[in-house]
Amino acid sequence: MSRFKKKANTKQDIPTSSMPDVVFMLLFFFMVTTKMRETNINVEQHMPQATQLRTLAKKSLISYLYIGAPKKTDQFGTEPKIQANDVFIEPKGVIQWVNSEKAKLDEVDRDAITISLKVDVDSKRGLIADVETELRRANARKLLYSANQKIDR
Amino acid sequence: MADIAFLLLTFFLMTTTVASDKGLMIQLPPPPEALPPETDIEIPERNLFKIQVNSFDKLLVEGEPWTASYRELTDDIKAFILNNGVDPKSSDNPQEAIVSFKTDRGTTHKAFIDVLDAIQASYHEIYAERAGVTVERWREIASDPNADQLTRQQYDKGRGVLPNGLPEIPMALSIAEPTKVGG
Repeated sequence: MSRFKKKANTKQDIPTSSMPDVVFMLLFFFMVTTKMRETNINVEQHMPQATQLRTLAKKSLISYLYIGAPKKTDQFGTEPKIQANDVFIEPKGVIQWVNSEKAKLDEVDRDAITISLKVDVDSKRGLIADVETELRRANARKLLYSANQKIDR
Repeated sequence: MADIAFLLLTFFLMTTTVASDKGLMIQLPPPPEALPPETDIEIPERNLFKIQVNSFDKLLVEGEPWTASYRELTDDIKAFILNNGVDPKSSDNPQEAIVSFKTDRGTTHKAFIDVLDAIQASYHEIYAERAGVTVERWREIASDPNADQLTRQQYDKGRGVLPNGLPEIPMALSIAEPTKVGG
């Protein structure tokens, strides 16, 4: 009978002494792999998918332009807009924006500036082509159409 | 201790984003004003591979509506580039071959990226095969050709170098100004 009354000699609580170590490890992981959000993106951003993706070796040369329908449709309408550094700009303002972005770089790197166009999938080519023409005039002719890796189904 | 660490972790999760600087890279032509006026260079029809996309995202390839997949489009472009004068309707040689890509102002960015992806895939596959590397490795090489000596050698082997210094198979992609037919 005593065999059945015997109580198992086990503890139920999980040891938590190593939890800070684990959490710090996660913290450092995220600190290294992510970067600070500099702008609030005010346009819809659904990236297209592609297979032939390339990256740029020098990340500091990239400047971003966001194109898509505004998130606040009641305030800005539904037509796709161009966002550069927290403000909406017209295609005409692109040259000025490029020049201010170039001024941030070292003099030797200015002609190697790469514009990353983060364009929403539903934006139309008309607006993007207008931006491209202005970028040609601004002599910022290296373009990167931002896209995600296509997952084969 | 764990509480503080969790707090910091949450802070970083909220304020940072994962950097995604991947995309399709192209080089734009010089500004329209800088181009010499009235240079109507006659390019023979056989050296042009025409792809047009309308405002309904429908493709017209070499004058025929395209219903097959993008994979087949990639294969067709590869056959066009590497024709070397065999088929009288296709290109003379890779140096002359130009892929012409025209969209409408109403074409969506998705369709544009899909076609651009197919065109770049055909060139990257040709280069990778010539250099004897995988397509993934080729894209790394092309992103930074001067990384080291081996990379440079593979890059030159993939594209080929003519005696005058120009690539044997240049990525001749012409993206035309969009038409204004449909909105």
